Amino acid sequence: MSEIADKVKKIVVEHLGVEESKVTPEASFIDDLGADSLDTVELVMAFEEAFSVEIPEDAAEKIATVKDAIDYIEKQKAA
Amino acid sequence: MGIVSPLGLGLEHNWSRLVAGENGFGRISSFDPSDLPAHVAGEVPAGPTGTGGLTLSDWVPVKDQKKMDRFIHLGLVAATEAVEDSGWKPQTEEDRCRTGVMIGSGIGGLQTIYDASITVHEGRARRLSPFFIPSALINLVSGHVSIKYGFKGPNHSVVTACATGVHAIGDASRLIMLGDADVMVAGGAEAAVCPLGIAGFSSARALSTAFNATPEKASRPWDRDRDGFVMGEGAGIVVLEEYEHAKARGAKIYGEVVGYGMSGDAYHITAPAEGHEGAYRAMQAAVRSAGIDVADIGYVNAHGTSTMADDLELEAVERLFGDAAGKVAMSSTKSAIGHLLGAAGAVEAIFSILAIRDNVAPPTLNLDNPSRESAIDRVAHEAQRRKIDIALSNSFGFGGTNASVILRRV
Repeated sequence: MSEIADKVKKIVVEHLGVEESKVTPEASFIDDLGADSLDTVELVMAFEEAFSVEIPEDAAEKIATVKDAIDYIEKQKAA
Repeated sequence: MGIVSPLGLGLEHNWSRLVAGENGFGRISSFDPSDLPAHVAGEVPAGPTGTGGLTLSDWVPVKDQKKMDRFIHLGLVAATEAVEDSGWKPQTEEDRCRTGVMIGSGIGGLQTIYDASITVHEGRARRLSPFFIPSALINLVSGHVSIKYGFKGPNHSVVTACATGVHAIGDASRLIMLGDADVMVAGGAEAAVCPLGIAGFSSARALSTAFNATPEKASRPWDRDRDGFVMGEGAGIVVLEEYEHAKARGAKIYGEVVGYGMSGDAYHITAPAEGHEGAYRAMQAAVRSAGIDVADIGYVNAHGTSTMADDLELEAVERLFGDAAGKVAMSSTKSAIGHLLGAAGAVEAIFSILAIRDNVAPPTLNLDNPSRESAIDRVAHEAQRRKIDIALSNSFGFGGTNASVILRRV
């Protein structure tokens, strides 16, 4: 797993208070990890802070799973 | 009933320490108060659950803690104790819809607002937590309690500064009388022992500053050396229930809310009117609504903040009791826990109920030299065993708002 994936996972565990084993790439923040809409706003902010990236609102809306987040951040970092 | 206060967690823990003459004061530990005039406060002690200390993660899941200011944490702790104690677990949708919540706060999420202001001031507005607003809003204690237990009845809140707790209990009992609910979870929560809270009340010259080196002596209602109140934090929550409803399910009944009175001073934003005539009218209205004889009141839990206003309240209570003043006991339990602002009235109403239950008047600590004599026994230093069937509890708030509640043995 990439460094980014590791860090994303850690942030998700911390913010949503879920077990690490549940944070699989396919896991949906809302459907699988118990997040509500405010939790996802906060998560995106935490990603922005941790990775020093900007995630505009329209992009944030498309981040539904752990993998979505990792992919988006990896793409930003590669650019 | 549930209490979290500077004396610790739990109804019986609080009561036994209070009756034993213990206090919950110390130098402020949650931040360094050195730059402020007042260094003393009553903070809820941390410690293992079951020993009277607070371990927050045992009450509020860690992931939810950051979504709430500390006043909501404390409100949830006391509400959990109260609801469990009541044994009321509505099983049907109808019962849930007949159960409401009315928990207030004087100030609400002050520390949360302070922190968020700094974030915005530093140009990081886009980093402001989406939980900022629901963390700071006063009615969110009621919201969280309803969500936790599924109580779908009236969901309301009170904000009347230091009179909040009594107004919440009084108004909630009226909602039951009016038929809006069968059960109401009511009370107040406060957590304003933070730099902004202490600085603000210091600027208003309301806090004690002369006893920074001897915290246990700082809160001294009616004593000639008193120099301001000591802030405390905590929550007091009661479960009110329509009498026949409670009887039918065999509920544990501590006592009955029999009287409630309110008034406004129309005088000054922080100072009480002459002779505390607004307090007199609130007490008088409570006595009238209870339909009792003043002389039957055995105990008064005074607002008694340890400020100059103490003697004005004394004057109003003397006027209320007239010739019966020599028979009543009045104490200020703020001498042991400090002023819990919006939670004060609720915690003190609970102490009044326990005074009735055990026929014990809790003491006024540090009343070494009363600034003036009175026929009213103010229970100096030590608790007194007395026959108490009816008790009156007073709370008055900035803005000139006064509330009194009368409680009776069932």
